[in-house]
Amino acid sequence: MIELKNITKYYGNFPAVTDISFKINRGEIVGLLGPNGAGKSTTMKMITGFMPPSSGELTIDGYDIVHESIEARKKIGYLPETVPLYTDMTVYSYIEYMGKLRGLNNKNIKSKADHVIEVCKLGDYKNSLISKLSKGFRQRVGIAQAIIHEPEVLILDEPTIGIDPNQVVETRQLIRNLSGEHTLVLSSHILPEVSSICERVLIINEGEIAASDTIENLSSLVAGKSKMEVDIIGSPESIKTKLEKIEGVRSIDLWVKKSSNEYTTFSIESDISVDIRAEVSKTIVENKWGLLRLESMGMSLEDIFLKITTSE
Amino acid sequence: MRNIFLITFKETKTYFLSPMAYIVGGLFLGLTWFFFNTSIVPGDLNPITEANVRGYLDPTTLLFIIFSPLITMRLFSEEEKLGTLELLFTSPVKDIEIVIGKYLASAIILISIVLCTLFYVILIYLFSSPDLGPLLSAYFGITLYGLATLSVGLFASSLSGNQIVSAVVGTVLLLLLSFIDSLGAMLEGLPSTIFNQMALNYHFEDFTKGVIDMGNIVYYLSIAILFLFFTTLNLQIRRWK
Repeated sequence: MIELKNITKYYGNFPAVTDISFKINRGEIVGLLGPNGAGKSTTMKMITGFMPPSSGELTIDGYDIVHESIEARKKIGYLPETVPLYTDMTVYSYIEYMGKLRGLNNKNIKSKADHVIEVCKLGDYKNSLISKLSKGFRQRVGIAQAIIHEPEVLILDEPTIGIDPNQVVETRQLIRNLSGEHTLVLSSHILPEVSSICERVLIINEGEIAASDTIENLSSLVAGKSKMEVDIIGSPESIKTKLEKIEGVRSIDLWVKKSSNEYTTFSIESDISVDIRAEVSKTIVENKWGLLRLESMGMSLEDIFLKITTSE
Repeated sequence: MRNIFLITFKETKTYFLSPMAYIVGGLFLGLTWFFFNTSIVPGDLNPITEANVRGYLDPTTLLFIIFSPLITMRLFSEEEKLGTLELLFTSPVKDIEIVIGKYLASAIILISIVLCTLFYVILIYLFSSPDLGPLLSAYFGITLYGLATLSVGLFASSLSGNQIVSAVVGTVLLLLLSFIDSLGAMLEGLPSTIFNQMALNYHFEDFTKGVIDMGNIVYYLSIAILFLFFTTLNLQIRRWK
């Protein structure tokens, strides 16, 4: 659906993106991750046809973004990083205008506009001036304009930046609901957001693709080990020595919690190839310790991200 | 065509809903009313007057130098500031359609304001019987003049994200175009003719005399088309930056 071949973009003499190539298939949900200034927005701006690449070839559903720009742009819905709104328009007239610009005709514009207003939960604000809306609502209006024409490709640049936590949750839910119908590319530097929405992650660092894979594969790729936390009541030292004997365990950290029932939290790292949870629980039961919690931690995206973007 | 019309409609609506158009229109009418009075009503400044529109339309051309950039300044500068230019640029709309759509909206505003001055024509008819020919040609001329200045103003608006900067740049460009004939006066022969011919006001005179010369029409339309082309070019250059 989206294909980038050896794309490079210069701002003056500064290379913002250098020689990146990737392919996003129809229906995929891809997260574009990277530190600030890594080239995420630049990449998105090129995909949407806002700016042409300095060199390389970029196609949307087979249409070249430079030479068949209008055809390619018809397939795209885009929410830029700063939500672009005509603040002197009402929510409805804005959405209607954007829909018409994207080629919806007068006949079906009304039903489409009503539909996205419902999806984005903007019904109560339909006739409000955009300038009167809070940031979270503006974000929803921004998303509404991006999906009104039911684009095959949806590009969202930092869709939850700068809005309060409640609204972040709602916006994420909204995006998750959308993901079934579109090929979705989402950029973010908030890692849980990407891991909760996206199937695949592209990590961009200093204008280059640093990694591209599913979150699970990435974590094993980087670490080769998994992590779990266990809360146990009992003598910390003897528990530690027993647990260390389990096959596959690499290291154990522990810290004692001073609370009503004194327990110890053990952080156990093990090889990714073996699942040690069953062995751990068996050991605990056999020794008659009190088990309060056993949780598999995986490798957080934060860890992966830091490893990939700082190792070079 | 549909896209042009969509943009024109949206921009025209925005004009009528914003105070700026009314301020510009009000000031414009106030000043032309002053010109009208001094040119028609005999007084200290002008003891012998004529019953024609030339007296107030001549100085009105100078008003366009300031007022046209005021009308057009928001068209691109505001899009740039709000970030909505990114929406227009990523919508399936050609750059030239955006430019023409916006230009037509500003033309509708300018023509509306000019139409308001027809009130003076009614007054003239009430008190005398002027020639219809020069009157019509003068109004035709002033509209063409206005359309040319709007195009220059639109180009200025595409240069900056700051409306004030756009208005000032537009006015400076129009001042250059208006007074380039004084450069012609200092020279001789062909260069002099060229500079004279380039001046905005040089081509207006005939219209007030009732002469509709094809050359003059072509001149104003060329200026308009040339600057619309520059605007489109500038938008494309900005994409590549």
